[in-house]
Amino acid sequence: MAAPEPEAPPTVPTRAKDHSPWNWLLFIPIVVPLIPAFFNGDSPRVFGFPRFYWLQLAFILLGVGTTTLVYQMTKKRGGR
Amino acid sequence: MWRDHLTEIIVFSVLFLLVSVMGFVAARWRAPKDMAHLDEWGLGGRSFGGWITWFLIGGDLYTAYTFVAVPALVFGAGAMGFFAVPYTIVIYPLVFLVLVRLWSVSHRHGFVTPADFVRSRFDSPVLALLVAVTGIVATMPYIALQLVGIEAVLKTMGVTGESALARHLPIIIAFAILAAYTYQSGLRAPALIAFVKDSLIYVVILVAVIWLPQKLGGWGSIFDAAEAKFQATAQNPNDGILLNANNQLQYVTLAFGSALALFLYPHSITGVLASRNRDVIKRNMSALPAYSLILGLIALLGYMAIASGVKPLPGTKEGTVDNNTVVPVLFDQQFPDWFAGVAYAAIGIGALVPAAIMSIAAANLFTRNIYKEYLKRDASPAQEANVSKITSLVVKVGAVACIVFLDPQFSIDLQLIGGVIILQTLPAVALGLYTRWFHRTGLIVGWVAGMGLGMWMLYQVASPTRKHFGGSAFPLSEFGFDTTKTIYVGIVAVAVNLAVAALVTLALRAAKVEEGVDGTEPDDYFADEGDPRITPGPDRDADPAREPVA
Repeated sequence: MAAPEPEAPPTVPTRAKDHSPWNWLLFIPIVVPLIPAFFNGDSPRVFGFPRFYWLQLAFILLGVGTTTLVYQMTKKRGGR
Repeated sequence: MWRDHLTEIIVFSVLFLLVSVMGFVAARWRAPKDMAHLDEWGLGGRSFGGWITWFLIGGDLYTAYTFVAVPALVFGAGAMGFFAVPYTIVIYPLVFLVLVRLWSVSHRHGFVTPADFVRSRFDSPVLALLVAVTGIVATMPYIALQLVGIEAVLKTMGVTGESALARHLPIIIAFAILAAYTYQSGLRAPALIAFVKDSLIYVVILVAVIWLPQKLGGWGSIFDAAEAKFQATAQNPNDGILLNANNQLQYVTLAFGSALALFLYPHSITGVLASRNRDVIKRNMSALPAYSLILGLIALLGYMAIASGVKPLPGTKEGTVDNNTVVPVLFDQQFPDWFAGVAYAAIGIGALVPAAIMSIAAANLFTRNIYKEYLKRDASPAQEANVSKITSLVVKVGAVACIVFLDPQFSIDLQLIGGVIILQTLPAVALGLYTRWFHRTGLIVGWVAGMGLGMWMLYQVASPTRKHFGGSAFPLSEFGFDTTKTIYVGIVAVAVNLAVAALVTLALRAAKVEEGVDGTEPDDYFADEGDPRITPGPDRDADPAREPVA
């Protein structure tokens, strides 16, 4: 986190920038919110919200976290 | 009576006029040297950076209808209405993976619409025409629905009349203003207005979700009140604050299918193509879910309306109620007049941004894939921009006509159909970005099959009040399964579409039918801003000064 740019190996100016294995992580926020077994229940309640509601709202953070991570790991390094 | 709502009406009108002025001024905002080019009018010069894109796409995807209809659904059916949350979570990783490729290939080749891409990729003007027509047909009722959002607000403020004309006059005026500044400023107008719209929405919703629960005894008692209401009304077995065994499949397929549909809609693609580079899009996919949080909270306004005993206003027909008015009525009951006015303005302006982008997207499809393809092959960029501007006017007149002359229910039905039919472009547009395996004729046949099946299924869906087009939840028992589960029509239709496309592709390949030439290269899908290989193309070379011959 602190080091802005770790000694990244001089990445080859790749053509296939989309083919990073990090992209597979993006399937987590696509699949997890679509499994009702996780969230279809009332307890535990958080601030009065049944699990159905707070957990699905929390999945938004899962989506944000994953896309941010993948973006950071796949973005072009070292300027253009 | 409207006199009781005078403060609200004044605040609403002032804010509405303010954004109208902004719409006209937008023509000079980030002004290009030459506005008479479709890239400028229709895509804002393809130059929008992170912030503008965030407001623009946010203002584009989360429409006034969403703000009114989602809580209305939660008010009426409970947990089912919350599908909007997983729906808008799932879409962003999809865009991150798929639409970034569309941006690159469009940037490289100067594509303005998804149909432009399909034409070049599969070498098939017919397939491109299908994609374009699908897009236009799916978008039109969506624009009309924005008017339903404004109408719900106007109705609550008591701005109604006896005759159809008097009732619709405010909407006609609002849309005339919208049409005028969209004509003049193109995509820059909604981009600039989106700042105001989204700021107002954020303020209103944050105030609502902090203040209202305190007045209503906390979140716990809001949910309990909703649960009590759903228990008391036993006539609908599928309502409740949780899902039951029968509607879980519908919930999941509806969320996933809607996400797939949303990013195929021409207006979403227009918003994405207007951004400056790949990084802007990718960063936005992390930032846009902020809107999903707001949407989730807006959905819960439906429960707050239950807890505070809101009675929706009567509908157009005797004895019906218009559930779309629950949120405006809730604001009217709970907020001081001036703040209710601000909230109404947020919804009203919230209708203008998507309506403008949608009409631009539909106009671009017409210009690029019908006018230029079939009517005037050698159209100059200036002529293209001109045709698009005029088409955007026609599209809006059509949307207003839909609302004034037809039952609004008809637009709601059409929008339901719209989601299903736009999904049928998935194999050509979204999968086409990854593979050219499908044969162009296979894609056409698959489209026909998916479209036919989707229409038939929607026709079969009954609701308590109607025999046909009663919703998108198709009972699996109709297929002969021994179950009471339901599934979203669009998912089934697109699965059949894909299967048919694959089978026809195999058959055509065995018969060695001509496949056409791919106009794109694998590298194009990674091109970024400043790519040296960007082909200026005949469009860019054309003399911008050439005037259309009258």
